[in-house]
Amino acid sequence: MSYQIPKFRHPDLPVNELGYTKADYEGAISTLCAGCGHDSISGAIVKACHEMSLEPHKIAKLSGIGCSSKSPAYFLGKSHGFNSVHGRMPSVVTGAAMANRELLYLGISGDGDTASIGMGQFAHVIRRALNMVYIVMNNGCYGLTKGQDSATADAGSASKKGDPNPFAGIDLCSLALQMGATFVARSFSGDKTQLLPLIKAAISHRGFALIDVVSPCVTFNNNPGSTKSYEYVREHAEATGTVDFVPIMHEITTQYPPGTTQEVTMHDGSVLHLHKVSETLDPFDRVSAMTALEQHRNDGSILTGLIYLDKNSRDLHDMLQTSQRPLNQLDESDLCPGNKMLVNINASLR
Amino acid sequence: MKRIESVNDFVIKFANVNGTGSASANNLFAKGLFRMGLPVSPKNIFPSNIQGLPTWYEVRVSEKGYLGRRGGVDIALSVNPHSMPQDIREVFPGGYFVYDNTKPLDLRLTRNDITIIGLPLTRICNEQYKDPRQRQLFKNVIYVGALAALLDMDFKVLTGLVEDQFKGKAKLVLPNIHALELGHQYAKANFDCPIGIRVQSADCVGDKILLDGNTALGLGAIYGGATVAAWYPITPSTSVVDAFERYAKRVRIDPGTGRHNYAIVQAEDELSAIGMVVGASWNGARAFTATSGPGLSLMSEFLGLAYFAEIPTVLFDVQRAGPSTGMPTRTQQSDVLSAAYASHGDTKHVLLFPSTPKECFDFSALSFDLAERLQTPIILMSDLDLGMNDNMSEPLVWDDERRYDRGKVLSAEDLDRMERFGRYQDVDGDAIAYRTYPGTHPSKGSFFTRGSSRDEFAVYTEKGEEYETNMLRLMQKWETIKQYVPGPEIRLCGTQTDSAVLYFGTSEESAREAVDYLAGDGIYLDAMRVRSFPFNREVEDFLDQHERVFVIEQNRDAQLRTLLMAEFELGPDKLKSVLCFDGTPISARNIRKQILQMMPGHNITPLHPEKVAGGAGEQL
Repeated sequence: MSYQIPKFRHPDLPVNELGYTKADYEGAISTLCAGCGHDSISGAIVKACHEMSLEPHKIAKLSGIGCSSKSPAYFLGKSHGFNSVHGRMPSVVTGAAMANRELLYLGISGDGDTASIGMGQFAHVIRRALNMVYIVMNNGCYGLTKGQDSATADAGSASKKGDPNPFAGIDLCSLALQMGATFVARSFSGDKTQLLPLIKAAISHRGFALIDVVSPCVTFNNNPGSTKSYEYVREHAEATGTVDFVPIMHEITTQYPPGTTQEVTMHDGSVLHLHKVSETLDPFDRVSAMTALEQHRNDGSILTGLIYLDKNSRDLHDMLQTSQRPLNQLDESDLCPGNKMLVNINASLR
Repeated sequence: MKRIESVNDFVIKFANVNGTGSASANNLFAKGLFRMGLPVSPKNIFPSNIQGLPTWYEVRVSEKGYLGRRGGVDIALSVNPHSMPQDIREVFPGGYFVYDNTKPLDLRLTRNDITIIGLPLTRICNEQYKDPRQRQLFKNVIYVGALAALLDMDFKVLTGLVEDQFKGKAKLVLPNIHALELGHQYAKANFDCPIGIRVQSADCVGDKILLDGNTALGLGAIYGGATVAAWYPITPSTSVVDAFERYAKRVRIDPGTGRHNYAIVQAEDELSAIGMVVGASWNGARAFTATSGPGLSLMSEFLGLAYFAEIPTVLFDVQRAGPSTGMPTRTQQSDVLSAAYASHGDTKHVLLFPSTPKECFDFSALSFDLAERLQTPIILMSDLDLGMNDNMSEPLVWDDERRYDRGKVLSAEDLDRMERFGRYQDVDGDAIAYRTYPGTHPSKGSFFTRGSSRDEFAVYTEKGEEYETNMLRLMQKWETIKQYVPGPEIRLCGTQTDSAVLYFGTSEESAREAVDYLAGDGIYLDAMRVRSFPFNREVEDFLDQHERVFVIEQNRDAQLRTLLMAEFELGPDKLKSVLCFDGTPISARNIRKQILQMMPGHNITPLHPEKVAGGAGEQL
């Protein structure tokens, strides 16, 4: 069942540059468990899109199958959504993005959807540098089928069922770096302050942007012994630094002490301030990012924040030299060569 | 020994080694005959290998215009020592065996009931050329020159073809013509030319063309306005996307900006390829994929989604011999059932069955209109025989007045005029609902596409009655579809008969030929070529009008027959199966033989086989 959120709103709700309130970016009422980390992420997406004044109908939200993949129904109700096939969202987004390069593509997936059944598609969509934001709501377990371990569950982590997971967990950020992702971040559903600017930065990024969001499953994997519980993540998260997102044409108001901040201009003109970046990480250097991930993994901590950003990223449309006009807007006059060419082709075949 | 004597009617089989450049020389030979006005049907019989294994090229020449595989060999030309024992064995008694006698023929292979013609191809090449690659390539051209003399081909036609082929590369023209002459002169000087089998110019091909089905599919996708192609390489479908790309580079690149009005994505597998097609089509682009049986199996899940969520999807299936890897370079029509009912749950898919390159082109372009009009997958069922061989075909035509049928898509203005948009609401009574592209309207028309059950307004539901209503609407849409898909082609024999043949795709030529032979046996058969699934009314009427229908198909399990029985609830007695599934195209003689065995009172050996059989050395 989907329930719509009541339309009534306080008349003084703040509006963005398009005149939309935050409510214009909301979706149906969530049917996920109370306290599910995924709902916090949905909330952050709503806030990011509202604050960035994105036109809701110019966003397409796509997902695979699972709890996480249900969540696009709970945000951006004015956007087209596509809840596709388990693990195959990347291919559907790829096709959609080829058809119309002007929309923002928001892919929502889970750890089962991405790291198990969809690992091949995840790897290849990164390799192809598709211009999209790929958010993994990562809780280390299969919720809808009642709590089996997923492929991102850390070795030794125990879910509510109690048995420690014997297998190595897949680190999606490391994999993404390996596959050539040009924007890699990790966050925590319980840390909206960190997540919000990361989502905005990912949206501004041209090319493939991954945000792996640890998002505890309150029902099956939030117990002592789990490395994906609220408590464990709060205690073990180590941020790479803070990220401040300044949209294009906006004044930079935050003051940083000199020497503590790096400034990056994104493809769309917005600016990213990276503040107090950890000394062990250069987020513009892929090798440094890979090393930092491995080190934290070794230390038993969870590296969060912006992990890697390639300022000179390209996307699939650049590589394929696709027309600037979206392909779905082309008609017979652009596409059909007409009978005259067939006459010549026929002649060459006799 | 009685030599086979015939004019413009024979089968010649070339035996080569894969990867030695024989294809273009053999093609030159076939096209030369075609330019002399003779109907030809060349067929590649090739291994799943890049280099080194035996490969064959069989050309049937038939002034009567029979283009199906005849079977049997009147002339074998073998330059492959490894396949030579088989090649010489296959020649009909009275036939001819041409080979490279630089190395003498193994005496154990020799036959005294055929004419053996030795050409010192390797020796000539070694004397003429220093470069080993040239020795290899020109050997092939030299035997074509020799055949021209042996068969009395018009030599000017061959030299003209070489000039056309290497237009703009003058340096290549003369050496090729020289090689042709070397062979021609050797044969003239050493043999009594022509041999018993010969050709003479005729006027039997009109304005027809020689084209492979896969190129026609790719070209059809260009004309049909496809902009997104997503695929995974698989024999025998690969050349579909190759052709699409080749023509796209010619006509779809903006000369000013260099930007492409198309996107081709080579996917990591077939699951991804069809996912991309579904995504692009959902977003309003015309998209397609091309694959073969194993790919179709992998694509099943997405086909179910596209059926249930009603997303236009175009898939070209160039069938090969299955199951599993099967015989990847051999032909079959064995994906019929797996395509028709692909995916779990209650699903049915629209199939189109082309039988010529012209129809590949037409159906390819048509499939985009159908997919968007009907909002469902359209699976075009070609096969290796049609797809990878040059087939004689009517020329390709495009009506410049034609406009694409983009189906029921609402614009922002349409949405503004509406009370409420229901993605799965049957407004027009044809069970086809309206859709919107993402990004159309700031506040109206967005919906959530999903493979799970939902109501008319695309809202998730688990109510049984809502689910059932939707599934019944899809059944009703199936009825609508029957009005849109191409109807069958019916050929009545002109004599009152209660028996008929029914066939589809590449069985057509051989079936027609068999019907002619059977008329000579006193068996008169009406004929129907089915061109699509769902079967429309005309198919049903035709079946009603006949007591006994022989269903000809190239698979083991009589898949089309099963489909007919299931859709029309027919008993098993009415439909008789005529099958061929050895990986070679079905032949007329095979069809005739099987039908004779099943016709009451005809299951005896004919007394005068030569009266009914076509071809020079035809044996029964």
